[in-house]
Amino acid sequence: MDLMEYQAKSVFAKHGVRTTVGEVVHTPEEARAAAEKLGGTVVVKAQVLTGGRGKAGGVKLASSPDEAEEKAREILGLDIKGHIVKTLNIVPAAAIAEEYYFSFLIDRANRNYLCIASAAGGMEIEEVAHTNPDAVAKISIDPATGVDEAKAREIAEAAKYPADILDAVVPEIVKLYQVFLAEDATLVEVNPLVKLKDGNVEALDGKVSLDENADFRHPEHAAFADASAEDPLEAAAKAKGLNYVKLDGSVGIIGNGAGLVMSTLDVVAYAGEEFGGVKPANFLDIGGGASAEVMANGLEIIISDSQVESVFVNVFGGITACDAVANGIVQAFELLASRDEHVDKPLVVRLDGNNAEEGRRILDEANLPGLERVDTMDGAAKRAAELAAK
Amino acid sequence: MSIFLTKDSKVVVQGMTGSEGTKHTTRMLASGTNIVGGVNPRKAGQSVKFSAFDGQDTEVAVFGTVADAIKETGADVSIIFVPPKFTKDAVLEAIEAGMPLVVVITEGVPVHDTAAFHAAAQASGTTRIIGPNCPGIITPGESNAGIIPANIAGAGRIGLVSKSGTLTYQMMYELSDIGFSTAIGIGGDPIVGTTHIDALRAFQDDPDTDAIVMIGEIGGDAEERAAAFIKENVTKPVVGYVAGFTAPEGKTMGHAGAIVSGSSGTAAAKQEALEAVGVKVGKTPTETANLMREIMQNLTK
Repeated sequence: MDLMEYQAKSVFAKHGVRTTVGEVVHTPEEARAAAEKLGGTVVVKAQVLTGGRGKAGGVKLASSPDEAEEKAREILGLDIKGHIVKTLNIVPAAAIAEEYYFSFLIDRANRNYLCIASAAGGMEIEEVAHTNPDAVAKISIDPATGVDEAKAREIAEAAKYPADILDAVVPEIVKLYQVFLAEDATLVEVNPLVKLKDGNVEALDGKVSLDENADFRHPEHAAFADASAEDPLEAAAKAKGLNYVKLDGSVGIIGNGAGLVMSTLDVVAYAGEEFGGVKPANFLDIGGGASAEVMANGLEIIISDSQVESVFVNVFGGITACDAVANGIVQAFELLASRDEHVDKPLVVRLDGNNAEEGRRILDEANLPGLERVDTMDGAAKRAAELAAK
Repeated sequence: MSIFLTKDSKVVVQGMTGSEGTKHTTRMLASGTNIVGGVNPRKAGQSVKFSAFDGQDTEVAVFGTVADAIKETGADVSIIFVPPKFTKDAVLEAIEAGMPLVVVITEGVPVHDTAAFHAAAQASGTTRIIGPNCPGIITPGESNAGIIPANIAGAGRIGLVSKSGTLTYQMMYELSDIGFSTAIGIGGDPIVGTTHIDALRAFQDDPDTDAIVMIGEIGGDAEERAAAFIKENVTKPVVGYVAGFTAPEGKTMGHAGAIVSGSSGTAAAKQEALEAVGVKVGKTPTETANLMREIMQNLTK
């Protein structure tokens, strides 16, 4: 889960990192009140989960409450790379002397942590790394030893942070590592990290991604979820414990196992080329079990997607054999009927693997309306795409 | 021969008495795995009876610690079925006891926990970890450490390494007429104990593996790194498959590690890297299996 700037800064503050959380508002009137409360010149900052806010006009200075209200009115509702601005962060304008870059992240390739730091801040770090690679320090962190003061100093020196901020920045680096570790973050980025004119160092902006696998030890993280930004179908699926991602196409997909479902999307898109570019409508992994209830819940989500023209159920019977899956499909139809819902879209089912023949026989006998059985993955994908194109 | 797991492997199960542990211990015993014990500090000294499908019962002893299990049985493989919040401690216990191979089936392990136990395994110099969030490893006809259904395919001379469980099963099924030396599911998390490269190296050195199927998916650059490794080190034919061409940027697709971030981790980049080093990449799992079948037929000519 990615946090918005004000959420990231509140997490920083919790761990003692120097930052200014400011006020969080949703209307121009609230922006005025926040500016009155803070006094002086303020910055009105769009809160969206994407970069490049400044360039898109999502960050503006305001020297009075009147102006804060006006700027808020301009920024609220802006579309920044597909993200509509609904929330603003109002902070006092800082007296900035210099800007730097700092981050901790998971290094997948080396299977440890990586710190990226640079004295060149305030712009996209990828751009700096491209134009001036020597200005970007990449320091590997051993999870067994972590970041203490000595390591933090090594990082600050490698980043070529100016000598006069070392004493101020080292404790901030140690605390940012605490944020990374204690909050189970997969990314902690400060861009810019700034030197203020009074010599202090502060996190002026923050980007934090949290590991949802660690939610069990962070019940407080649930408050960060932005329900309003979620796709309604994704939210409904999540409420039912389904692993669902909404896509743009017209073939609804249900499968078991993340890899097989990803593969199914590709095979449908590939087969769909023949039918004028038919594409998958979603990712939905119902897991190894594929019980009747999970199958019914999955079908319910997919048939409620108005873009869906056909449904492809692609199951490989491994741990759960195909006869159990076939019974699950039959019972799912009954369960849906009992909820007064009906599968009114053509359904292509491919069952393969353990007890495939028995599973197919069960489906044939049940003679479910609109259900077609195709026994190969490629053939079934083609048929589902064809049905969606009709 | 095979990689990492043989008929001589002595297996203990951490979390054997839980529901998943019980179910899969029964299955592993049925497929011939030599399970020498379970670990549960609260049930040390007891034993658990597993009723096989053919009516044969097997008694498996429960030990209080992994160290005790190793001391009493000479176990050299541990399989972990404990829930995510206890996984890190279970793996660390196995590492400290000097367990050579630890297979972590558990899904949903926090990545910082994996980073910590991976670092401990590296420091130990003795423990190899497979997983987490993986289906385990099977050497058909010899031993099965994990949840891969043993009846999909028998022994043969293809080596298989995959990030995905069900794609492993699918590929084994498609090539069941030829069979496998070893099939290993390395898991779809951002950090995994055994990588494509580790498996490729082992298959290259295994005299009983003639060719290798490598299944990847979006996220990270493991496939690109594997391609570079293949170019320098692998002389056996390799066929590849990559899942996730249609995955949108920034969305996690089921596996915690399956995410395209910006322009990195795309399926297209992985396919391109593999093809650039001469690996044939199939458009669908079936096409991939057919590419492998062709290679195996040419090898036996």
